[in-house]
Amino acid sequence: MNVGIVTAAYIAAAVLFILSLGGLSGQESAKRAVWYGIVGMALAVIATIFGPGVGNLMILLVMIAGGAYLGQMVASKVEMTEMPQLVAALHSFVGLAAVFIGYNAYIELGSVKALMTEAPSVLRGEGVYAWLKEQGVGGFAEKLAHKDATEIAILKVEVFLGVFIGAVTFTGSVIAFGKLAGKVNTSAVKLPGGHLLNAGAALGSLILMIMFLNTDSQGLGMLYVLIMTALALFIGYHLIMGIGGADMPVVVSMLNSYSGWAAAAIGFTLGNDLLIVTGALVGSSGAILSYIMCKAMNRSFVSVILGGFGGPAGPQMEVEGEQVAIDADGVAAALNDADSVIIIPGYGMAVAQAQQAVSELTKRLRGKGKNVRFAIHPVAGRLPGHMNVLLAEAKVPYDIVLEMDEINEDFPETDVAIVIGSNDIVNPAAQEDPNSPIAGMPVLECWKAKQVFVSKRGQGTGYSGIENPLFYKENTRMFYGDAKDSLNKLLTLID
Amino acid sequence: MKIGSPKEIFEGENRVAMTPDSAVQLQKLGHECLIEAGAGSNAGFSDAAYEAAGVTVVKTAAALWKEADIIAKVRQPEAAELKRLSADKTLISFFNPAGNEDGMEAAKKKGATVIAMEMVPRISRAQKMDALSSMANIAGYRAVIEAGNNFGRFFTGQVTAAGKVPPAKVLIVGAGVAGLAAIGTSTSLGAITYAFDVRPEVAEQVESMGAEFVYLDFEEDQQDGAATGGYASVSSPEFREAQLAKFRELAPEMDIVITTALIPNREAPKLWLADMIAAMKPGSVIVDLAAEKGGNAEGTVKDEKVVTENGVTIIGYTDFPSRMAAQSSSLYATNIRHMMTDLTPEKDGVVVHDMEDDVIRGATVTHAGEITFPPPPPKVQAIAAKSQEKPKEPTPEEKRAAEEAAFKQATKQQVGLLAGGTLLMLLVGAYAPASFMQHFVVFVLSCFVGFQVIWNVSHSLHTPLMAVTNAISGIVILGALLQVGSGNWIVVILASISVLIATINIVGGFMVTRRMLAMFQKS
Repeated sequence: MNVGIVTAAYIAAAVLFILSLGGLSGQESAKRAVWYGIVGMALAVIATIFGPGVGNLMILLVMIAGGAYLGQMVASKVEMTEMPQLVAALHSFVGLAAVFIGYNAYIELGSVKALMTEAPSVLRGEGVYAWLKEQGVGGFAEKLAHKDATEIAILKVEVFLGVFIGAVTFTGSVIAFGKLAGKVNTSAVKLPGGHLLNAGAALGSLILMIMFLNTDSQGLGMLYVLIMTALALFIGYHLIMGIGGADMPVVVSMLNSYSGWAAAAIGFTLGNDLLIVTGALVGSSGAILSYIMCKAMNRSFVSVILGGFGGPAGPQMEVEGEQVAIDADGVAAALNDADSVIIIPGYGMAVAQAQQAVSELTKRLRGKGKNVRFAIHPVAGRLPGHMNVLLAEAKVPYDIVLEMDEINEDFPETDVAIVIGSNDIVNPAAQEDPNSPIAGMPVLECWKAKQVFVSKRGQGTGYSGIENPLFYKENTRMFYGDAKDSLNKLLTLID
Repeated sequence: MKIGSPKEIFEGENRVAMTPDSAVQLQKLGHECLIEAGAGSNAGFSDAAYEAAGVTVVKTAAALWKEADIIAKVRQPEAAELKRLSADKTLISFFNPAGNEDGMEAAKKKGATVIAMEMVPRISRAQKMDALSSMANIAGYRAVIEAGNNFGRFFTGQVTAAGKVPPAKVLIVGAGVAGLAAIGTSTSLGAITYAFDVRPEVAEQVESMGAEFVYLDFEEDQQDGAATGGYASVSSPEFREAQLAKFRELAPEMDIVITTALIPNREAPKLWLADMIAAMKPGSVIVDLAAEKGGNAEGTVKDEKVVTENGVTIIGYTDFPSRMAAQSSSLYATNIRHMMTDLTPEKDGVVVHDMEDDVIRGATVTHAGEITFPPPPPKVQAIAAKSQEKPKEPTPEEKRAAEEAAFKQATKQQVGLLAGGTLLMLLVGAYAPASFMQHFVVFVLSCFVGFQVIWNVSHSLHTPLMAVTNAISGIVILGALLQVGSGNWIVVILASISVLIATINIVGGFMVTRRMLAMFQKS
């Protein structure tokens, strides 16, 4: 295959990727869209392998086969509740790959430069390249040889940026994975010095970049890159350690975005347009997701990154009254009488693996002719759209799963709202108390329903540590206990 | 512990402090329940029903008082009953402590604990045991029914073949719990209902029940109910004059007047004077729910129904809850049951009389040989202080102006961004070599396409979106593929690892996306 065909394949792949992302606008078109993505990827990989400048085919095939095997194993085993972890883990791979490819680019640059100086001085222009070819320089290295001084400087910047973003993505994703999988403490942890440390490391990296650009020594340059990598790894680690559990949707989308930018930076380094296009698509996708998540929490991106909730602006409103408990009999009686029910799932449902029980409950209530719907807050769960996937897995039809804006106005006409394992996203303080740390955050107004049942493990506050006046409202009853057990108990009482 | 309810000995009292339903709940708390034979019969609960609920029926009152540790009853106990108390017994009942020195003295001497149900503080947490409110609710309902019984006309207006019937006009004075219940009953019977209260902040509640709030032309700092625990207090003479003038104006029009104005620990204020009664139409009805404290209307006779010379019926009954004994017993028994829930925090049948608890402390009038009345003010404020003024609704013009401003703002922002972006591009273009600019064009356009495409992605598909972008960001494999053919072994190793993990990404990402999307089903 010559360069022209490879380029054509790249164009096709780029178009297919765009279609693949665009197709996600609806559930049905999405099923087709995945195939666009798969075909695009296959085209790109095959064109590259059989294109010019690829060697060591055996190693390649073994690696691809091994990767494919591992990939399909992970994908077919993963539980839907573990999706956030999986996504974070996959991000870390992209980051690591970007770091390695960046290193390689720099090493190749060095060896090409070394060869060039050895080239017989009689050779001019094309002659040099022919000679290089004889020395076994091909593929990417050959491209490097064609670059002039400015281009090489830019290449170095690209390498540096690619490695930096890749390294931040890598440790950040690893920590995010750990937090989501419960292997790392999910609360916000910061080393003494806090964000000054991050800022210092970033500044250090900038200085290293300037030094890197100004050195001609391959060994010294490599050293700078390695030190920068260490700093970037630290930034990724420390940045994500300082962000608490409920902000994870933003973090995961942010890392998603970074992994895209890392790919784009590598694309620049290698002069590969398909990498640039794809990286940019992924990067902007992640950026938009982060923006949507921030908007849903009424927080600025910076405040999420800086971690933790800002201090309250004044004394918080006193919560008065008490949490009134109710048992399964009471909930069942209310559900049997209700005509319309809205269920609000949250992270607690995922933790308790209660989605099957929720689905069964929905099926029974719908079987009795009741109008059962789901209200999903954009930041419910630990991943954008997490709840939708869990409910889909439990076979809840997607047309009764509604977004916040679609359903918020319907609460006053609803008989029963059931809150399962969510807290901050149903906190009326966001609207009622201007001094609340979450004041102004859009929330699901479930307290406007005639009756609210809250399935919750205990009396504690949510991740943010904010008291939830919803639990003290007169029309709220607390249904304490593990969500799954509670729902199963409820199922036996609803015929 | 054993909880027992005797038969009420007060003449005409039909209520009972324990129902079979409440007994079931009490037993869940670990208590044993006793009832005197025939105690519930006037309220429609037979001894058999109690037995079926696991309650032991005790033959005589004496045996019940002896056997039970906790005695729950309705009416203020009489001297004979108090004599039956002893140091280890607790009495839960209406007690009227403010006017019952002798009763408290007697209980103190015996060393018994007495919980007075009317002393339950008015805080949200204690609403479920607020027996005054649940009885007032019944009184308000029954007052309307009683009025209807004595009113020779329809409540609702009708146009029939036999002629047009005007709707009745009902005025309710005092929009407390009883007043609001009366408003609800009256409006649902179809009468045109007016309501008055000295606390202007209840106007909203009145209007939400479908009645019209009667406002006074009176400029003064009107009282804030929050300061007095939600009850009305004495008003100034000027205010009273304005109020009476308004009533005088309304009197000739009203068919039914229900007065519910009470001020804690005081004689009921006289609000419906003789001249107003005289101005009313014959056949009109006044129900005076304050009759027990002397009545709001002049001419009210306690526990009696009188008809004035001009044919206005004045009802001064004080036993409205007892007239609906089945309903009031079940509500009162539930209040008692909630009180017991608070007294048995561990649900193990062991009563813990926690004098630090606002509610228990407030309601206890004698404990451990001492009179503990009056209680200190509760730590928690009864109701929230008056809320601030509501933000003004924007007028259509203001709205349009705001929209225009927002549009201009957005335009400005967009133009600013574009200008800034162009400037940046120019700057990059001035310094970067041509080969870089080629790639840069591709990059910027892709970002742009990405932004346009991603906004349309449905929120419910955000997780699949992340998985797909994950998979396609595995495109970095191309870089590794191009490098793996290098002569440098470090490069080969690093590139092969990259190929491996990028492949995991691609295959894993796409497969998991497919799995997820296959799960989304339409109903």
